[in-house]
Amino acid sequence: MSGVSVTKGAEDAVPATTDLVVLSNVNKHFGALHVLQDIDLTIARGEVVVVIGPSGSGKSTLCRTINRLETIDSGSIAIDGKPLPEEGRELARLRADVGMVFQSFNLFAHKTVLENVMLGQLKVRRTDKKAAEEKARSLLDRVGVGSQADKYPAQLSGGQQQRVAIARALAMNPKVMLFDEPTSALDPEMINEVLEVMQQLARDGMTMVVVTHEMGFARSAANRVVFMADGKIVEEATPEEFFSNPRSDRAKDFLSKILHH
Amino acid sequence: MFDFLDMDALLGAFWVTVKLTVYSAIGSLIWGTLLAGMRVSPVPLMRAVGTAYVNVVRNIPLTVVILFTSLGLFQTLGVTLAGDNFTVINFRLAVLGLIAYTAAFVCEALRSGINTVPVGQAEAARALGLSFTQVLTLIVLPQAFRSVVNPLANVLIALTKNTTVASVIGVAEASLLMKSWIETYAALLPIVAIFAFGFICLTLPTGLVLGWVSKKVAVKR
Repeated sequence: MSGVSVTKGAEDAVPATTDLVVLSNVNKHFGALHVLQDIDLTIARGEVVVVIGPSGSGKSTLCRTINRLETIDSGSIAIDGKPLPEEGRELARLRADVGMVFQSFNLFAHKTVLENVMLGQLKVRRTDKKAAEEKARSLLDRVGVGSQADKYPAQLSGGQQQRVAIARALAMNPKVMLFDEPTSALDPEMINEVLEVMQQLARDGMTMVVVTHEMGFARSAANRVVFMADGKIVEEATPEEFFSNPRSDRAKDFLSKILHH
Repeated sequence: MFDFLDMDALLGAFWVTVKLTVYSAIGSLIWGTLLAGMRVSPVPLMRAVGTAYVNVVRNIPLTVVILFTSLGLFQTLGVTLAGDNFTVINFRLAVLGLIAYTAAFVCEALRSGINTVPVGQAEAARALGLSFTQVLTLIVLPQAFRSVVNPLANVLIALTKNTTVASVIGVAEASLLMKSWIETYAALLPIVAIFAFGFICLTLPTGLVLGWVSKKVAVKR
C-alpha cells in the first residue's frame, strides 16, 4: 500500500491527486462542548482508515461531517478536490459519491431489500429499472443476502440488515465508504459476517473510513489507525505500530482497558 | 307517521353530503400534505407560513370560515370559482371552506406521523444523495401516512359531519333538508332519527374500513 502515510514527511511526498478526502483545521461545537478540535486528516485513494477512541471522543461526529450530515463551524472538508457545498443540489450530488453505513442500519422500513438497493440508482443515478435490479441482485449476492431480496428489513437479522445497507451504499459506485460503528448494534455472532464483507471490500481497494470498536478489524484491514480522544486526533499510526507501541499516554490507557481482560 | 318521507329528496340531499365530503377530503389531503411539507421544511419562511396558517385556521369556527367564503370571497370580492348559478357557486365555496379548514387538521395529523419516522431514515436517504423533496416524498411521507391512518380516519369522520355547516350558505345537503322537514311536519323524532342514521351509515364504515387499512399498511420496524 503506497498510500500509507503516517509521518508528516511521507504525507507531503504523496501527490495531491491521490488525496480523496481532506479535512483541514475542522472545528465543531455542540453547545459548549468542543466536539471536534482542529482536526487535520487526509485520506488517500484506496486507503482504509480506522478511527478508534473512547465514547464521546468525537469519532462518529468526524465521520458524519465528511458527507455533511453534521455541519462544521470552521475549517474545510474537500472530497476528490471539491470542497463540501452548502445544503442543496450540489451537496446531494456529492453525497451520492460517498457511501455511508450507519450503526442502526437505517434501511428504508417500508421498502423491500431489493427496493432499498435500487432506490438510489433509480432516483439519483437515473439508471433504468432493469439495470438497477440486475446490479442490486448481484450486490446482494456479493454480501450474501441474495435470497432475502423480496423481504422487508424487519424480517432480517441485524447482520443481514447491515449487509444490505452496505450493498445499498455500494450500488451508488461510491468513491469512498464511511462506516459509522457498523457492528456496534449487532449481536456478537453477527459481527463477523459484517466484518468479512468489509474486509473483502478493503481488499478490493475501496477507500474506507471506519469508526469502530473492533480492534481485530483495525489490525487486519486498516492501512492506518487514527486514535481520537476528547475531540482531538491524538495519534495516527499503522495498526502494527499503534497496537504494539502506542506513543501517547491516552492511547496506552485506552488500549490497556480494552485489550487486557 | 312516515308520510314526510320522500326518498328521492332524502337520497339527493345525502348525495350532496357525500360529494361535499369526497371533494373536501381529496382537497384537504393534498393541501394538508403540502402544509405538513412546509412545516418540516428547512426554509424558515416556509415553516413560518405553515405554522401561522395552521394556528389561525384551526382556531376559527368552521361556521365563520364557511360564512366568509360566501360573504367575503363571493359577495365582497366576487370570487365565483367559475360557477354560473348560486347552487354551483355555493357548493364550490363550501368545498373551498371545508378544504381550508380540514387541511389544518390533516397537516397536524401528518406531522405527528412524520415525528414517528426515525431520523435515521431521512439521514440514510440524504446520504444516498436524494434531494429534500425526494427524501420527503419517497421515504418520510409514505411511512408517516402509514402511521396516521387512524387519526386521518377521525379527521374524515369529523369532515363528513362538518359538511352540515355548508347549509349556512344554502348548500342543499342533508341537514338543510332535515331542517325543512322539521319545520314542515310534526314528526321531530323520526326525522332526526332518520338523518342521524344516514350519517352513521356514512361514517361507521369509514372508521371500520380505515381501521383495517391502518393495520394492513403499518410499517414493521
